[in-house]
Amino acid sequence: MAGTTTGIPANVTQGSQTKGGVGESMLRPDGTLKVTGEFAYSSDMWHEEMLWGQVLRSTVAHAEIVSIDTSEALALSGVYAVLTADDLPAAKNYGMEYQDTPVLAYGKVRHHGEPVALVAADHPETARRAAAKIKVEYRELPVITDEASATAPDAILVHENRGDHHAGHVPHPNIVHRQPIIRGNADEAAKKADVIVKGEYTFGMQDQAFLGPESGLAVPSEDGGVDLYVATQWLHSDLKQIAPCLGLPEEKVRMTMAGIGGAFGGREDISMQILASVLALRTSKPVKMVYNRYESFFGHVHRHPAKLYYEHGATKDGKLTHMKCKIVLDGGAYMSSTPSVVGNASSLSVGPYVVDDVEIEAIGLYTNNPPCGAMRGFGAVQACFAYEAQMDKVAAKLGMDPVAFRQKNAMEQGTIMPTGQPVDSPAPVAELLRRVKARPLPPVRQWESSEGADVRALPGGLSNTTHGEGVVRGVGYAVGIKNVGFSEGFDDYSTAKIRIEVINGEAVATVHTAAAEVGQGGVTIHAQIARTELGVQQVTIAPADTQVGSAGSTSAGRQTYMTGGAIKNSCEIVREKVLEIGRRKFGSYHPAWANAELLLEGGKVVTDGGEVLTTLVEVLEDEAVEVEEEFRHRPTEAFDLRTGQGNGHVQYAFAAHRAVVEVDTELGLVKVIELACAQDVGKAVNPLSVIGQIQGGTTQGLGVAVMEEIIVDPKTAKVRNPSFTDYLLPTILDTPTIPVDYLELADPNAPYGVRGIGEAPTLSSTPAVLAAIRNATGLELNKTPVRPEHLTGT
Amino acid sequence: MRVNFTVNGRKQEADDVWEGESLLYVLRERMGLPGSKNACEQGECGSCTVRLDGVPVCACLVAAGQVEGREVTTVEGLADYAKHRQDAHPGGGCASGACGTSLQDAQQWKAHSAGGATDSQTGEGTELSPIQQAFIDAGAVQCGFCTPGLLVAADELLERNDTPSDADIREALSGNLCRCTGYEKILDAVRLAAARQGEVV
Ligand code: FES
Ligand code: FES
Repeated sequence: MAGTTTGIPANVTQGSQTKGGVGESMLRPDGTLKVTGEFAYSSDMWHEEMLWGQVLRSTVAHAEIVSIDTSEALALSGVYAVLTADDLPAAKNYGMEYQDTPVLAYGKVRHHGEPVALVAADHPETARRAAAKIKVEYRELPVITDEASATAPDAILVHENRGDHHAGHVPHPNIVHRQPIIRGNADEAAKKADVIVKGEYTFGMQDQAFLGPESGLAVPSEDGGVDLYVATQWLHSDLKQIAPCLGLPEEKVRMTMAGIGGAFGGREDISMQILASVLALRTSKPVKMVYNRYESFFGHVHRHPAKLYYEHGATKDGKLTHMKCKIVLDGGAYMSSTPSVVGNASSLSVGPYVVDDVEIEAIGLYTNNPPCGAMRGFGAVQACFAYEAQMDKVAAKLGMDPVAFRQKNAMEQGTIMPTGQPVDSPAPVAELLRRVKARPLPPVRQWESSEGADVRALPGGLSNTTHGEGVVRGVGYAVGIKNVGFSEGFDDYSTAKIRIEVINGEAVATVHTAAAEVGQGGVTIHAQIARTELGVQQVTIAPADTQVGSAGSTSAGRQTYMTGGAIKNSCEIVREKVLEIGRRKFGSYHPAWANAELLLEGGKVVTDGGEVLTTLVEVLEDEAVEVEEEFRHRPTEAFDLRTGQGNGHVQYAFAAHRAVVEVDTELGLVKVIELACAQDVGKAVNPLSVIGQIQGGTTQGLGVAVMEEIIVDPKTAKVRNPSFTDYLLPTILDTPTIPVDYLELADPNAPYGVRGIGEAPTLSSTPAVLAAIRNATGLELNKTPVRPEHLTGT
Repeated sequence: MRVNFTVNGRKQEADDVWEGESLLYVLRERMGLPGSKNACEQGECGSCTVRLDGVPVCACLVAAGQVEGREVTTVEGLADYAKHRQDAHPGGGCASGACGTSLQDAQQWKAHSAGGATDSQTGEGTELSPIQQAFIDAGAVQCGFCTPGLLVAADELLERNDTPSDADIREALSGNLCRCTGYEKILDAVRLAAARQGEVV
């Protein structure tokens, strides 16, 4: 095309809108690959002559390691390497916030399932058999499993010599972090209360249980480095932790995102990345590593189990007077993201309500239980479970409708958080509750059709143990508040590289970021944003890798906001540069180049009046424009360590649920009939995936309510149910219809007005289900999950 | 040992198979057919669902030796299987050998094809079965790890029952876990595929 443009549009037409932009329901670009089985997940990696890595894990929770004998394992034919901590090439510890986690245990093991030794062999079964032949001698130590055993004056310290920056502020070395929040005077305000309600709540340990196991392939490279293909939520955070453990500069560790089978926070921490790399460097062969489900339960951090102690007061006319609470989060053996979870739990402990006088304390413990860290909802989930139970209790004591009571106390735009930070964007809490309540209820006793009872619709389903004699219905409500993005002064940013060029006679944009597509649909909206901003139809999403700047984590509901913002930012600069070229080439032919507002639409340069000046193809010819830019959200600040005051959060997300349950009081079985959700999403960039995210998050909350829990033996700190046989997940039979109603009240500070979506629906669905079960049975039920014995008193 | 069986209409043989190796391992690691997924390897999640002589099974629970002389259909062969559903010999509808993935092709599977979610390389033009298309259209795919198993199970349901009720769908898919979607859109997808099938007839 070079040299053929005239610069004078042959005919002036209306600019055609680009299809598939922001706000349209778009199908996933990777959908076809995923339905044909061609999409390469991290466990699908394959390389000629690759070896299989296998971890040997600790069989006890707390012990000194007396000796490790690897000789028998090494002697097995097909075994290429057997390594212990002594064989590690460089740094022995890693960690996101603080490097307290050993790659392989040395000296001590601090939790059940901790990695102790590593094997590489030519067949996974050989590797497993070799691992079983490693002899480890332990001298067991007493286990620390709860607040009492952790903070006893003579308690054994989980970490003897803490060097992290929280160590100086905590009341006991077995407390990872403590965040109090004091605002107003709770004791004074309590005097105005007509009713005071106290409650004690227990939140069980939930697992992310993503279906795609931890896995990947490490390939040693000729320069002595390693190419790593793994599924992770944040490539650059991994890289920072991996390189020092391999003793390599970051440039020699090249990471490429492999297909991710779900994450939900469980891939924020390192799992097999360092282990496979160490084996690959040691054997000079590609090493594939795939955790089986049993190992997966030990291979990632879980949601913090919690104990929550709450007190609320209210006046007769239904106004909350004060709130006091103490939240104890069990962080397990290593720090992971416990300090941030503590910060979230304390700063969001009041919920989406106006309470001026509060006395809050949240702590995170070091124990010998499994390490806990990030999971969808991140500290806000546990608090929501407790404050929503409290709201129902207070309302009941006042004889008020639970929804009306919540609405009366609901925060709105302008409300001051307990941290002193004003809520400066829409906060439609009362409206979300109104919407779920206004929805017609599903018909009662729906198992009784004209053709008789359909047992499949009863609690217990096909087991045919009842025909509905003991079944009662209950309805419950809950609402929650979640912060979006990284808080407390973290320098949170994302990077996007955008390129535009002419390929086969068409303008094509390429979006290159390091953002993890964990299933949430980031890849779809990245293309939508590029289409909207650049007016091109064809968008290529380059595979995520460390050849481009950090995108930050796919977590905290931040990726649409942050990487979406980075793509928008970079596209705006690309657009300017493209128009610059256009002005240079054609500016003298048409005055609009100089004095009109110019847009890119439908592959053309258009004036705001709709006049087409030229096409992108004619502007670009064989030039390419490429821009790599970062996006930052507005800065936040740390919470004061004594008062908890500070503008710690960027944005809030709100969701409300109404649960309708049927409970068989004789069998102790619950069937959730419907779990309606209303959420403010700010702006639905892709409505189809917005609904999918809300339904998925809702179902994870439902799981906690009625079945999901990692059970840790309190005497030995051993995990009792590390399998899908014993850790129960909701199936399609356990999951009701989930009608979704979303609002789009733009956040004026966010790109397109978006609000993080993925996390908020996980908060309120659990307390809504619990409220519904309480409503049906009249029982107290202060624990997750609700088990049959809790309902039948057996 | 050596195992001979038919996969997606093609004769395959696997050598040096260990006693105790599962069908899932043989498909994924020896045949280069990683479409069947490995989420639990203990029969609890359904991610590895394939059809063995037409019957849906968890490939992780089938010993490789058990498939000697039998026919296996995986998600990779689903479109072809659906196309040849009317044939007397399900899955064998490709005598010419033009369908399915050859062992050689399959073993081209390399790390470098990783994660390639590319808007302009969406596999457009790939022929899909009605249930595959419906999963895409209904938004039933998120991370997609559960998808292959669900597709095989749902396709078998629709073969048996072209107008399934919601209760039928839930029952048929109750062995398949999905952690991402909340299942609502999976129900939508099966309803959509059933409705489209109805229109065609
Ligand atoms: S992998 Fe076979 S059922 Fe889970
Ligand atoms: S498990 Fe991720 S889409 Fe079903």
